[in-house]
Amino acid sequence: MDWVKANPKTVLTGAHFIDGNHAACEGAIAAGANFAAGYPITPSTEVVERFAARAPLVGATFLQMEDELASSIAILGAAWGGAKSFTVTSGPGFSLMMEHVGLAAMTETPAVFVNVQRGGPSTGLPTLPAQADMMQARWGSHGDYEVIALSPNSPQECFDLMIDAFNLAEQYRNPVFFMMDESVGHMTEKVVIPSADKIDLFPRRYTSLTPSEYLPYKPGSAGIPEMARLGQGYRFHVTGLTHDVRGYPAINAQAQQELMDRLMGKIRDNAGKIARTKEHLLEDAGIVLVAYGITSRVALRAVQMAREENIPAGLLRPVVVWPFPEKRIRELADRAKAFIVVEMNYGQIVNEVERLVADCAKTVLVPHAGGAVHRPEAILDVIREVAKWA
Amino acid sequence: MGVTTAINPVEPLLRTDRMPHIWCPGCGIGTTVNCFARALGRSKLPLDKVAVVSGIGCTGRVAGYLQFDSFHTTHGRAIPFATGLKLANPEMSVVVYSGDGDLIAIGGNHFIHAARRNVDIKVICVNNFIYGMTGGQVAPTTPLGASATTAPYGAFEQPFNLPFLAESSGAVYVARWTVYHVQHIAHSMAEALRKKGFSFIEILAPCPTLYQRRNKLGDSLDAMRYYKERSVIKNGASTRDLDLGFQEEIIVGKFVDSERPTLQQTMDQRYREVLKDRYNGWRQP
Ligand code: SF4
Repeated sequence: MDWVKANPKTVLTGAHFIDGNHAACEGAIAAGANFAAGYPITPSTEVVERFAARAPLVGATFLQMEDELASSIAILGAAWGGAKSFTVTSGPGFSLMMEHVGLAAMTETPAVFVNVQRGGPSTGLPTLPAQADMMQARWGSHGDYEVIALSPNSPQECFDLMIDAFNLAEQYRNPVFFMMDESVGHMTEKVVIPSADKIDLFPRRYTSLTPSEYLPYKPGSAGIPEMARLGQGYRFHVTGLTHDVRGYPAINAQAQQELMDRLMGKIRDNAGKIARTKEHLLEDAGIVLVAYGITSRVALRAVQMAREENIPAGLLRPVVVWPFPEKRIRELADRAKAFIVVEMNYGQIVNEVERLVADCAKTVLVPHAGGAVHRPEAILDVIREVAKWA
Repeated sequence: MGVTTAINPVEPLLRTDRMPHIWCPGCGIGTTVNCFARALGRSKLPLDKVAVVSGIGCTGRVAGYLQFDSFHTTHGRAIPFATGLKLANPEMSVVVYSGDGDLIAIGGNHFIHAARRNVDIKVICVNNFIYGMTGGQVAPTTPLGASATTAPYGAFEQPFNLPFLAESSGAVYVARWTVYHVQHIAHSMAEALRKKGFSFIEILAPCPTLYQRRNKLGDSLDAMRYYKERSVIKNGASTRDLDLGFQEEIIVGKFVDSERPTLQQTMDQRYREVLKDRYNGWRQP
């Protein structure tokens, strides 16, 4: 697949002073999104409000649906209609969307699901942050499937990583989550939008075969099948049932095994390529903090404070949270004595770290119930405690 | 039925490599598919530009048997999928083909909103008064008093009057037939396919395996006899008067055929008026 450049007519090149929600919307538009469906929900709504205003100016369509069930499948219909599509929500709406995360995974429909996380469970804290949907993003729909999830920690990254989110959705034909949080969504900072020729986009994997040669679910390069254009005589079938390479239902154990091996494999086998981290002061770190999203910024401050006290702490930030950066964590565990996982929940990503490093290092959680970010001093206290024995 | 051709007109439109189908002998769904094939022939639509979307259930399998770009989606959500498909690719004729439980129970909210928006999709609802795929449970269409596995003493909830629901939600084309009325069904389907806007056709069809048997109503021939004897064609009847009682009179016909701008037209017009030449209308990707 040859990468293409973004459309200059849609990219708002220049320096802006905007919040994460607005930046995420511009990222989607620059990535070529030309369809969004959504349902109002705090604290995410600004993303679709901006898209509703921008859509008719950039050749895109926005539709406010009757609920999140509708939004999350309208974007899949649009994707099969040829659009690049996304939806935006927060906690309660995210729960409703899980059905179609599964459909997207099963039918290999490229689509981006944005979740501006707020406190839960249930209605929880509509206007305040949390990071408690990370495992729901990973496991929320029924059945086995793999996902890709990105976690921006600034408005600039809301723009930059959104481009990656759409590219990954196309590249792997998989649902991709954009896991923001209320703090990042409502934080206003400088966002520099590059010119369109600096933005590379992965085009849809359309087949060049004729309809008689084409098999909709026959794996192509990297185990990923090619899509057919709607209305061009391919007469293809798409189903949420277990299916064979023709796309026809195949309700038996062997078909299930073949399909699931490929669906899981296309992400698992490429996990090393997809996983991405940002690292600070890790070269000599005996204590590795792991944090993502807004929490990574507070954790970095705590690391700097620890360094002032000569405690060898560093920060690993998964930018792509799913697939999890297993290899990198294992490498660091060779010399680090302790991992401190800081997250705005009662312990989700910490379990990933713990299972990877259990043999050689200790893992400590610094949880937070949500509603506010951690105080750096509270994290520093834990670092000091750990430094006594690590 | 006056068929004089040697080949079944439905055959070229079927995925013959998927036969035999899963439907029970005597099931009414196949008859409606036959009518759909005739209607497509009559409509003169380019077949490559037809997409069929189904939800889940016995009727939800229709999309998989038809040789079109076809989508078998999630339970109740065929309509919002179709809405996205149509908006992204307006040149397609998008047909939603599903059952009463799928479209009206779990999918009821989507049904009324798509009608309100006047999305340009055709909704064909095969109503057999019951959940077939899961084994004969009560539906929001089960007539009062009829028995179902989850209403073993008879249904006690008022069923929906589907044409009334469709019209009051905003549908521009509303008809109801039974599978006895094959010519009328095909005619209505062809009309709906040519029409712009949210079009709804309810087709009463027998489920001999579950509904007929459980209610001691005989087989599908007995159902046909009932449809024949108790149906009254009243084109243009007020949709208010179309309630269905257990084995009572069935009013069939075309009830609504009106004009109203579609979702795409109202969207387009609004943007054009307000944004003038800043409006960048949909570009095909
Ligand atoms: S269960 Fe009823 S509706 Fe389903 S295929 Fe059999 S007869 Fe038809």
